[in-house]
Amino acid sequence: MQTKRTIFGNKGLPYLLLAPQLVITAIFFLWPAGQAVRQSFLREDAFGLSTTFVGLRNYRALLDSPEYLGALKVTVVFSIATVVLALGIALMLALAVDRMLRSAAPYTTMLIWPYAVAPAVAGILWWFIFNPAIGILPFVLERVWGYDWNHNLTGSDAMILVVVAAVWKQISYNFLFFVAGLQSIPTSLREAASIDGAGPFKRFWSITLPLLSPTTFFLLVVNVVYTLFDTFAIIDATTGGGPAQATTILVYKVYDDGFVGLNLGSSAAQSVILMIIVMALTFIQFRYVERKVTY
Amino acid sequence: MVENQRWLDIFAHAILILGVATVAFPVYIAFVASTHTSTAFVSGTIPLTPSTSGPGNYGNVLSGGVAAQMSVPISLMLFNSMVMALLIAAGKIVISIISAFAIVYFRFPFRILAFWIIFITLMLPVEVRIVPTFAVIADLGMLNSYAGLTVPLMASATATFLFRQVFLTIPDEMMEAARIDGAGPMKFFRDILLPLSQTNIAALFVILFIYGWNQYLWPLLITTDSGYYTIVAGIKRMADVVESEPLWNYIMAVTVLAMLPPVAVVIFMQRLFIKGLVDSEK
Repeated sequence: MQTKRTIFGNKGLPYLLLAPQLVITAIFFLWPAGQAVRQSFLREDAFGLSTTFVGLRNYRALLDSPEYLGALKVTVVFSIATVVLALGIALMLALAVDRMLRSAAPYTTMLIWPYAVAPAVAGILWWFIFNPAIGILPFVLERVWGYDWNHNLTGSDAMILVVVAAVWKQISYNFLFFVAGLQSIPTSLREAASIDGAGPFKRFWSITLPLLSPTTFFLLVVNVVYTLFDTFAIIDATTGGGPAQATTILVYKVYDDGFVGLNLGSSAAQSVILMIIVMALTFIQFRYVERKVTY
Repeated sequence: MVENQRWLDIFAHAILILGVATVAFPVYIAFVASTHTSTAFVSGTIPLTPSTSGPGNYGNVLSGGVAAQMSVPISLMLFNSMVMALLIAAGKIVISIISAFAIVYFRFPFRILAFWIIFITLMLPVEVRIVPTFAVIADLGMLNSYAGLTVPLMASATATFLFRQVFLTIPDEMMEAARIDGAGPMKFFRDILLPLSQTNIAALFVILFIYGWNQYLWPLLITTDSGYYTIVAGIKRMADVVESEPLWNYIMAVTVLAMLPPVAVVIFMQRLFIKGLVDSEK
């Protein structure tokens, strides 16, 4: 690992400097993670009096449980919808800002502030707008298309609600990185293509988009992590996973089974599965993101 | 600009205006709702233009006593959120900068191991290990305390890596010169490294302040004493009861107040914010 040519010789000092970080990591990260792994192999009886070692039975029960597989499906739908919309809309806005000369700065300011809004607050905002009784959007839907919106009863309505809130919150982040990515593409390339007679769409497909692929790939990983974990607050503050588990994503189920259902073994096994997913995503991010995605 | 194409410019402006409007729409609706009396929501839809009850509503929620479920004054929640955000941001920066200093400027046994232990924290978001982490906090008696709200969130791989990158770009000659002049490690750290990382510290502080302010699940779980409620977690507690009573004006006033500090930070410190965001994702 990279270090300095010359170093300080103190023996004890570096340990002292690292101590706060390592102590917090050990107590609040490593120990709980270890507990989760341990508990995932145990089963507690109904009164929490005795625990028995059950091997992989918690994991096998999960894979046989229709609720867990349902949550997995909900997660996949939610993630794909949110990531595609958040990336697509942000890219469109970034391309538009990239054309602007003087008005780029004010547009940027007016587009990036939702980054600062907490996911839970974003959820509450859209929950209010979509409120079946008084919300403005259900009113419009009813008047224009005669659609009776109710996210408390209809699963697909609830899913749309959480996707809209999650996308709204994430656009600003993706937008900033797309703008930075576009600015790093040399203008000379686009000018050359233009001289060769390529129109704006041709230039986008054959020059801008390929050269933007490192940014896109980085954002793809970050957005997937966002939809898997950070959106917990959106779901908890609005639908609470309902109706009938229609918006219960994996991370919400860990919480629900652990704190509400008090099924610790199953919740721990779910935690371990999620940890493996995060590890894989982190690995992908560090292994591939810095390199150029080439064709 | 490669060439002038008027229709493309008009199209781009149209998309941006639509984007800005969509982004602002929910906040506008919330603001409007917060300026009405609760009777405005009893029937029909949300009003679309502001009314005059705004100052009264904000005064009421800030001082508390609006309804049984909202008896905690929002000013107290704002204070708790501010304490939490500032402590988390400051704590993360202090802990990370000294860790990075140790890793870059010293060579000692287990250095690589320490680096990897810090790295692992990236892979363990709080949502994933929530049940056992809660148990640890409960065992340590840290429920309902500022320490419980902040200390477990202070470990930061991202900040440590950021400062490591910053230190690696500082020329070795700096340190050699300092050593020739007889400066010890802590003097070098204080008089040379800290001033050189000033802008990085400021940029990171902005990002971490927003991170701390917007924490939701953690404060929701470990605070049961209303004296420690934070505003972002507090909204949910109020919203749970609102469907039975039309107190939407108060809920939306609280929502606006919860957004105000972090949004103001992004708008007024935009340059630092963007730098912090881009730096910390490297």
